[in-house]
Amino acid sequence: MNPKKKKTPVKQSLSETVTAIRKGNLDPVAHVESFLSEIKEHAALNSFVTVCENESLAKAELLSQKIKQGVPTGRLSGTVIAIKDNINLTGYPTTCASRILNSYISPYTATTVKRMQAEDAIIIGKTNMDEFAMGSSTENSVYGPAANPYDTRRVPGGSSGGSAVAVAAGMAQAALGSDTGGSIRQPAAFTGLTGIKPTYGRVSRYGLVAFASSFDQIGPLTHTVADAALLLQVISGYDRHDSTSANVGVPDYLQSLEQEPDALRIGVPGKFFKTGLSKDISDRINELVKKLESDGLTVIDIDLPHAEFGIAAYYILATAEASSNLARYDGIKYGYRAKGAEDLTESYQKTRHEGFGDEVKRRIMLGTYVLSAGYYDAYYRKAQQVRQLIRNDFDAIYRTIDCIVLPTTPTTAFKIGEKLDNPLEMYLSDIYTVLSNLAGNCSMSINCGEDQVNLPIGLQIMADAFQEEKMLRLAYYIEKNLV
Amino acid sequence: MSDFEAIIGLEVHAQLLTETKIFCNCRNIFGSAPNLNTCPVCLGLPGALPVLNRRALEYGIKMGLATNCDIATRSIFARKNYFYPDLPKGYQISQYDQPICSNGWLIIEFEGYQRKIGINRIHLEEDAGKSVHDEQYVAADTSLIDLNRCGTPLIEIVSEPDIRHPGEAVAYLKLLRQILQYLNICDGNMEEGSLRCDANISLRKTGTNTLGTKTELKNMNSFRNVERAIIFEINRQQNILLDGGNVEQATLLWDADLNEARIMRTKEEAHDYRYFPEPDLVPFEVSDVHIADLKASLPELPQNRKSRFQEQYQLPEYDADILTATRELADYFEEVVQELNQPKLVSNWIMGEILRWINENNSDITRFPIQPVHMAELLNLLAQNEINSNAAKKIFQHMLKSEDTPAQLVDRLKLRQVSDEGYIEQIIEQILKDHPAEVAAYRNGKDKLIGFFVGQVMRASKGQANPQILTELLKNKLLQ
Repeated sequence: MNPKKKKTPVKQSLSETVTAIRKGNLDPVAHVESFLSEIKEHAALNSFVTVCENESLAKAELLSQKIKQGVPTGRLSGTVIAIKDNINLTGYPTTCASRILNSYISPYTATTVKRMQAEDAIIIGKTNMDEFAMGSSTENSVYGPAANPYDTRRVPGGSSGGSAVAVAAGMAQAALGSDTGGSIRQPAAFTGLTGIKPTYGRVSRYGLVAFASSFDQIGPLTHTVADAALLLQVISGYDRHDSTSANVGVPDYLQSLEQEPDALRIGVPGKFFKTGLSKDISDRINELVKKLESDGLTVIDIDLPHAEFGIAAYYILATAEASSNLARYDGIKYGYRAKGAEDLTESYQKTRHEGFGDEVKRRIMLGTYVLSAGYYDAYYRKAQQVRQLIRNDFDAIYRTIDCIVLPTTPTTAFKIGEKLDNPLEMYLSDIYTVLSNLAGNCSMSINCGEDQVNLPIGLQIMADAFQEEKMLRLAYYIEKNLV
Repeated sequence: MSDFEAIIGLEVHAQLLTETKIFCNCRNIFGSAPNLNTCPVCLGLPGALPVLNRRALEYGIKMGLATNCDIATRSIFARKNYFYPDLPKGYQISQYDQPICSNGWLIIEFEGYQRKIGINRIHLEEDAGKSVHDEQYVAADTSLIDLNRCGTPLIEIVSEPDIRHPGEAVAYLKLLRQILQYLNICDGNMEEGSLRCDANISLRKTGTNTLGTKTELKNMNSFRNVERAIIFEINRQQNILLDGGNVEQATLLWDADLNEARIMRTKEEAHDYRYFPEPDLVPFEVSDVHIADLKASLPELPQNRKSRFQEQYQLPEYDADILTATRELADYFEEVVQELNQPKLVSNWIMGEILRWINENNSDITRFPIQPVHMAELLNLLAQNEINSNAAKKIFQHMLKSEDTPAQLVDRLKLRQVSDEGYIEQIIEQILKDHPAEVAAYRNGKDKLIGFFVGQVMRASKGQANPQILTELLKNKLLQ
């Protein structure tokens, strides 16, 4: 393997594909075939766990006929999109990269995928991930680790690492990931992509296998801000199958990109640039902030007083929810069941012992512990209080600013195996990203350059709940003018 | 029981009669083929999410209003976590520290006294599935799971430990069932499990306030079993205490066949359910206006209706009690009385002929074939002396099987009562002539023979003679 293999250059934006296909200038079948051959070529990156070869070609053929017949087609016509393997697609396995869901075939399709399909997107396959989205490197996968196309000895980040690799290496035009504590933004940062963690409730979770229900959001991973805006546009909006989805109108995100960002007031949490942050990232982001200021944007130093408790609160609350969400994988109804158990309890124990990987078991145990009688108040309740304080911090700050700019990750992509034996260090990869999951507001990562060894650096932009427009406008401006 | 007082609280689960399940659109019906009424949500498939059925919430609130509870305008669901094969998500969506209803009460009557029973809370939750072992199609040493029942809406009604006697427990449970049925939110069928009852029981020395260790009794699927199980458990605890022992905190399963309760698990084996707020459901809010609307929609409740029947219709308590047992029976009574203002006559016929038909046919008033208006017509003929009560019963039997009105039947069956004295006298004379020996015996003091003569005359008149006139004339003739 070539350690410095670059990502495949972007051939076409989503909008360009849609236009070309609608005009008859691009044959959907040939378009899909080119991505299928990329997938075969990059098999070593271990990005896909299922490739929907026949169905994607059939869908492309159908679309091609529609175009020939002059039938109007959707906003994602013929675009080739991958989905993370924790998002359900009828008739295909949903494994969450876990042995325990071995042989499980989903009988239904997630709302987000339905919405993309309704716009004539073509689902090319399902991508590798950290088991049940628990991890920051895509190493915790029953399929083995995915590799970063910038340097195949390095991780692509996680947990949506397979989705990030699929897009970065040109095996899909865009992908859906899920973000519970940074699982879209961190891999986006590690692979030079744009990744959005929408406001909690912006996008339906129906059909997304739950890790931590009050944190999880599905979001896009794309090459550009415009692609991300288009995809977000399609998947957003109220879903009657998800009570936590918000009945709030979806603005025209693409249109909002073109508006000038002058009026945006930018907050920079200076405190975050001190400990544990790599110098390359720190320098690059400081440089960007200076440019923004010199371009006439208002930049304000802000403080998030409770942010330092974010990681602790996150790992208590998210594991508590996970311990309950993962209780259904017991070998009784579907998926893996261990052999040789003498009774029901032993069957549960053996199945879950053999079916779950170490990180998942670690989090189930942690989550079970913090909810247990006698510990609930000290851990779960306390963490809920911290979560509320962090929300209050943001509420106060967003009264005076529009967007927050900060690093996505403390380091660029690390080496495969480097942090595997040190869970706490791995958890600290999420230090900048968990805050917006705790607060429930929106955030995204865009590429803002490379470090000294040519690894991508992510810039994180955050905005208040349902203010994706502001965040996208700033991201688009930076992408166009400053990177 | 002289030394000890029983402290009893009941936890009652009632399945709600909603069209669909509590968190999905699957049909909420009993008796389908296994696993037929299921979907990704109630199967707990990966990625599926619950959405609250507002109708189930309204039913819960109605029960709260009918039992004098405070209704929460904001309430949340919680997850109750435990592993069991019939619980596909590994947790039950229930309510914990913020139930929809709290702080209510009911007044029960038992053996002529009244007692106020506090209701701690009523909360909403989903039912679990069923393990199937004893059907023909299940192989030996195998359990199959039927998840049809998963997601059936339940309310759990938790009483305060205010019950002191097994009979009071049954009276309370019967009253709850009656209210649920009046509200038409639960069919109350204990055998099918749509109404289920667990009991918490402890004993304390009479005259003291220190509570003893309590045990929980489960698996009592009839009123009779509730009573028997509580009696059993009181005796069991009493024997332990009298022997100087300590009652161990435990959950016991009632075995109706063996007439005993067996310990299922002790405190050490008790579950830690690790309740926490259900993140998949947003807190739900109910406006005061909505609560007021629901309150206005409540029917007259059984105890109120019973008192009103006693006052308005001057019925004995016994009658009022029976007539108001179900809302439909009470409705039937009032519909007949509306046509015919003879409450006691109507009551007698309902408690007699109609309930007999219901019992014999194992049916209920909703399937009783005679419309109230026709029942009133029949009883009106009786009240007007157009027919006698034997004739009325004959007509009643015909009405059960035909569409004919009482008036038509009276004529067709020739049952109209004859009060014409000349005609009746004519028959009497013929009968006396035919039975000289009996006439002589009567006149020699054998008074009881009057019945014989009445019967003969009645038969000769084909049952149509007015019995009062007949008897009077007959006595006069015999005295001559």
